[in-house]
Amino acid sequence: MNFRRFGISLIAPLLGVVISVAVTSVILVAINANVGDVFSSMIRYGTSPRAMTLILNLATTYFLSALAVAIGFKMNLFNIGVNGQYVLGAVAAGAVAGALTLPKIPSVIITILVAMVVGAAWAGIAAWLKVARGVSEVISTIMLNFIAIAIISYVIVRTSVGHETSLNVRGTKEIAESGMLRGLALLDEGTKIYGFFFISIFIGIAYWFILNRTRFGYDLRATGHSASAARTSGIDARRMTVVTMLLSGAIAGLVGLPYLLGEAASYNLNFPTDWGFTGIAIALLGRNNPVGIAVGALLWAFLDVASGQLILEGIPREITTIMQGLIVIVVVISYEIVRRRQLTTEQTRVAKALEAQGVSA
Amino acid sequence: MSQNVAAVELKGIWKRFPGVIANSDINLKVEPGTVHAIVGENGAGKSTLMKILYGMQKPDEGTISINGTELSFASPSDAIDAGIGMVHQHFMLADNFTVLENIVLGSEPRKGLSLNFDKARADISAISSENGLEVDPDALVADLGVGDRQRIEILKVLYRGAKILILDEPTAVLVPHEVHELFDTLRDLKKAGNTIIFISHKLDEVLSIADEITVIRRGTTVGSVNPHTQEVSAQDLAVMMVGSELPTPETRGDTIRDEVVLAVENLTVLASGGKPIVDNISFQIRSGEILGIAGVEGNGQAEILDALMGLENSTGTVHFKKEDISNMSTRNRRELGIGFIPEDRHRQALLLTAPLWENRMLGHQTLAPNSNGFLLTPGAAKDDTKRIVEEFDVRTPGIDVLASALSGGNQQKLIVGREMSGEPKLLIAAHPTRGIDVGAQAAIWDHLRHAREAGLAVLLISADLDELIGLSDTIKVLLRGAFVADANPATVTPEQLGTAMTGAGKVSA
Repeated sequence: MNFRRFGISLIAPLLGVVISVAVTSVILVAINANVGDVFSSMIRYGTSPRAMTLILNLATTYFLSALAVAIGFKMNLFNIGVNGQYVLGAVAAGAVAGALTLPKIPSVIITILVAMVVGAAWAGIAAWLKVARGVSEVISTIMLNFIAIAIISYVIVRTSVGHETSLNVRGTKEIAESGMLRGLALLDEGTKIYGFFFISIFIGIAYWFILNRTRFGYDLRATGHSASAARTSGIDARRMTVVTMLLSGAIAGLVGLPYLLGEAASYNLNFPTDWGFTGIAIALLGRNNPVGIAVGALLWAFLDVASGQLILEGIPREITTIMQGLIVIVVVISYEIVRRRQLTTEQTRVAKALEAQGVSA
Repeated sequence: MSQNVAAVELKGIWKRFPGVIANSDINLKVEPGTVHAIVGENGAGKSTLMKILYGMQKPDEGTISINGTELSFASPSDAIDAGIGMVHQHFMLADNFTVLENIVLGSEPRKGLSLNFDKARADISAISSENGLEVDPDALVADLGVGDRQRIEILKVLYRGAKILILDEPTAVLVPHEVHELFDTLRDLKKAGNTIIFISHKLDEVLSIADEITVIRRGTTVGSVNPHTQEVSAQDLAVMMVGSELPTPETRGDTIRDEVVLAVENLTVLASGGKPIVDNISFQIRSGEILGIAGVEGNGQAEILDALMGLENSTGTVHFKKEDISNMSTRNRRELGIGFIPEDRHRQALLLTAPLWENRMLGHQTLAPNSNGFLLTPGAAKDDTKRIVEEFDVRTPGIDVLASALSGGNQQKLIVGREMSGEPKLLIAAHPTRGIDVGAQAAIWDHLRHAREAGLAVLLISADLDELIGLSDTIKVLLRGAFVADANPATVTPEQLGTAMTGAGKVSA
């Protein structure tokens, strides 16, 4: 029966990919592009060792971002503030790591802790506003994103945290090689798989374990299933809100680190600041399940990396943005349809099984 | 109107769902201008039958005739065209609209591009006065009580031209005086020439309003009676419904011990306006004692339970086995061994979208067999869920199915089984057998009796006065948040208790 549920849960993402490929094909035909060429070149490029390494690296970032969102989703808490949480976490981690002169392991551990604490603290503001003042976390986290961006601009441009970096933009002091986690060149000789790729696998397992095997995870999921039943069962809703938001913020704080420690070495003003929104889309795609999120992150990263190839073919790279958007819409809609059907088929199935046993429900 | 042609006639209706026969050979004849009641246990097939009549489902076999014409409904709009209207149990009204706006919603009269509210107002007042349904068309629905909302639902249906009204368990949400008002309305509707199909399982109500009663058992019509010409009692109907004599809840024999399990002093709960909704009440429950609280719903029962579970702010002191728990969290109270069967099982007691074994953990997730406090122990929890399914006769193909897939009665059995697990010292139970079929009800009473003999203290709230009198060792009557009388369950009758609940009379102690 669990295979049944698993099979059903695959329908939606497959449908999403199929429909998005179909619609994209129509658009490609409309702009007089050769549909077959476009897709085959995307796949050809996307399966090259270098591209696959880039995909794994980008997917690592997306995976962490989506986990941060998903842990909130699990209890119907919408942390839209991953952006703000990770940029602040990355700046703080970058500044601290830049100042450290320690061996690799302690240096990296301290960097990670700083990022998590800063991310959690920033999310904690939204948690406090929600439990103490009743402010919706959706509103407060969105606002906190803007504030976070303004703060880091100020800190980097106006304070001693900012330095001129080798790229001629202001950023945090460059991290010494001993503080970096550049990773391993497993697939391609010239590019390394970020060290954080391996750490994020561990985080994914921890996420699954906490949610499914600990009492805290049960409380969190129960609150997501039914807030009123959870309260009656003795779960303190305010405490759960605070703890979950802090956890979400702590994971969010890590989102910038794969890139920071694997490549950038400095948080500068060119650092991407919108990975949090990608995380929301991927959490929806992966249905808050770590394996689903991993697959969603890889798919998303594949489209992003392959889009670079499209420009060479003379095709606008926005084609992949359209594909990503379509996949999310189709998947979200079909999940909802599947969920509703599943509830009724389950009822029918139970009635049928009871009939077979010769009892009436 | 010809008296020979039935308003509604169903012949040989069959409806099968995969693996289930919901209706088999249903035959029903409803005379025009009458109130025709359809009674049956939960799950007997009443709702399926009504869905067929209202066009929401198609029968596999059989015919539907309305006023002598055979019709086939593809959707509810066909049924509405044929003059059939459905008043659902759960109201479907927009709170921030006025009564008038709610009634016309979906079939607004138009004048060009704009809505013709003058015509709507005239039509509605004509329908209201014709049928004795008084409502202020400009009142905001949010400000209205349940009885008024129901009248609006009926008006909505009449406004769409219905002459045959189906009312699905209309009294389930009403307090007794509202039920009287509803019945007056139904009599007026009947006088105005409407036909009413009244679905219920409250037999006393059915006997007082219906001109004809059809009983459904296990998906088929087992008979019709006319209470005007035949001598029928609620007991007779119940026997037709279940096919056997009704069991009665009897717990005689004194099992009360000395140890006071729950001692409540000066408990007060304030409503949001500052008015006391539970007003300075005190009571004790001893080991082996069942204390019943009788009262019309809404007199503070729910608030007492919530306050005792730490879900509601209250003043006063609560001692559990000499320990002051007045300021303890809900979780700690549960951990001490207080079981809780709340009033609203869907909202408060179940995770409908989670499997049964995860529901077994709910409220007990900090204790064995569900967890060791930090890590869950799913294996042990699953085994214990199987035990509950076995002991409490929860009818399910397995413990991995979602709670929403079980019928209401089986969900309740799971909840009762869960709350009686782990040897609780105190059980706080609201309507423990509400919505459960007769056989399962008797089983739950048995479990309660055994636990009481073993020393369980129970605070029981039930709208079923027979159950309350039969199970309780002591009964207190609650009115407007305060105890107004004590009753001796050995001698009190449901009628006396009912009178005391409305504050009209005293009961002998």
